[in-house]
Amino acid sequence: MSYLLETKNITKRFGGLIAVDHVSFGVEAGEVVALLGDNGAGKSTLIKMISGVYTPDEGEIFLEGNKLEIASPRDAIAKGIETIYQDLALAENMDVPSNIFLGREKTRRALGCFNVLNNDYMTKESEKILDELDINIPSLKANIRNLSGGQRQAVAISRSIYWNAKVLIMDEPTAALGISEQKKVLELVSSLRKQGIAIIIISHQMYDVFQVADRIIVMRRGVKVGERLARKTTSEEIVSLIVGAEMVDNKN
Amino acid sequence: MNRDTGLSNADFKGGIRYSLGRNWVLIFIFLELLIFSLANKAFFSIETIQLILFNGTEVFLLAIAELFVIITGGIDHSVGFVMGFATVVASKSIVALSGAGLPPFASILLGSLLTVLIGLLPGFVNGWLVAYLRVPAFIATFAMLGVTHGVSELLTQGIPAKNLPSLAGDIGNGSFLYIPPSGVWSFFVRPQVERGQHVWAIIPNMVVFSFFFIALFAFILKRTRFGRHLYAIGGNMDAAIRSGINVKHDLVKTYVVSSLFASLAGITYVMKYITGKPDAGANMVLEAIAAVVIGGASMAGGSGSVGRTVLGALIIAVLETGLRIMGLQTFTTYILVGVILILAVVIEQAFPNFKR
Repeated sequence: MSYLLETKNITKRFGGLIAVDHVSFGVEAGEVVALLGDNGAGKSTLIKMISGVYTPDEGEIFLEGNKLEIASPRDAIAKGIETIYQDLALAENMDVPSNIFLGREKTRRALGCFNVLNNDYMTKESEKILDELDINIPSLKANIRNLSGGQRQAVAISRSIYWNAKVLIMDEPTAALGISEQKKVLELVSSLRKQGIAIIIISHQMYDVFQVADRIIVMRRGVKVGERLARKTTSEEIVSLIVGAEMVDNKN
Repeated sequence: MNRDTGLSNADFKGGIRYSLGRNWVLIFIFLELLIFSLANKAFFSIETIQLILFNGTEVFLLAIAELFVIITGGIDHSVGFVMGFATVVASKSIVALSGAGLPPFASILLGSLLTVLIGLLPGFVNGWLVAYLRVPAFIATFAMLGVTHGVSELLTQGIPAKNLPSLAGDIGNGSFLYIPPSGVWSFFVRPQVERGQHVWAIIPNMVVFSFFFIALFAFILKRTRFGRHLYAIGGNMDAAIRSGINVKHDLVKTYVVSSLFASLAGITYVMKYITGKPDAGANMVLEAIAAVVIGGASMAGGSGSVGRTVLGALIIAVLETGLRIMGLQTFTTYILVGVILILAVVIEQAFPNFKR
């Protein structure tokens, strides 16, 4: 078992509070790991250390066996670690290709001195990536604000995948979606797994987790309290781990 | 919804209502022209249309200045007094240069270049305050309004700058092309003709000058990464930062562009009226912001285009010249611009969903 991305004893303190306490976990290529825990359990802090928002106070992060120094979100992205936050970070006033290429727009030379946006290329590439992921968005020229929640999530995912993500971190990807759209996003996650991407999902929805995750990691008060294979556990057991009920320990 | 036409359902919603809402500016301009033509038979002519554009150059330029800032979700209160500052700097420096023995054309050219360079400073400071010190744009540019006003007054000491070379007025009030009865075209220089003969003057120089820069920056806004980033910053600042856009740099550049256009407006003012005074653009901030809002930009940022802003400014320019021809005081314009500004916002509320 060799992890694509691995943390070893990473720790983050905010003043006297230990938000994440010596957590070690890993995710393989083509595997979905779900990160579960109550509010304030440290899930977000943990992924923010991986995505470069915070620097760990202790511990190490490895990508493909090499120790990583992640200085900024930009840095994480450059190393193939993409994060989709709950708010998706899309510019709702702009269209789909503009968002997929936001900050990384493709240009071409015009009149020998101007670098102008290559909209044709960006539109074509956007169509290609959406097709690859089997996402149907009726009009790429539509502004994000005119798309449904699921379509927005799909655009955010496409944007991450387009830039050759090795690791994809998703924070509550289905939280704001309708039932059928939740299903669609979960299918999307499954198809990304087939492409060999390592995926870490934070979710509150137990159903989603069992639908899509291979492994479940439970955190409580900054500590990793359990790790289970999804097919060898039950939602009751996971809930007990989350809230910290004693009975669970006897069972395992 | 249709992938080929690139239109979503929301675009079709409403049909006629929708297209009325989207095109009300054009309809309004048409009505303006119609009313002025009915009131005065001589109104509708090539000369009047050129006069409208000529009188409106400062409004066009200041509207573009404001547009760039408004797209990022900011506002620039200082454009009017930066323009005034530019008129003072331009007139003073042109007078000084020609006084130092430089030929008129060279002193006008050098003086204008100097004005543009110095005129970028207020924008640079505004942008730096907004982007790096997180001073709200409303406050930063309001403060800059005071600073540029004060500096201009100190420079002029209450006496409008005068004694510019007469060439300045010739350029400022000249046209790009002249067609005398003989039919021999002449560019920039009015041909000598016998008394009573009519020379067609086509497109005032200052209109050519203004629209050269407006077209250039329309291109920059629409076709370059910088332009696209402005929409992203206005639409979702957080997303812009996280996608790696250098938001601080772009904001500074935005306020510099704003000051650039205010300075260009100042230069056209000096050329047209051969004088410079601190309050030359004092009443134009209202018109500039109104033009942008009439053009459909949201004050929240993330939308607006050069083309529609120019149309918004055109509403005001037609009104100004039309009322002047009718012999009404210019103050009437201020009242009507205020009313139309409110109208624009109300119409926008009534016809949502057409904003690009």
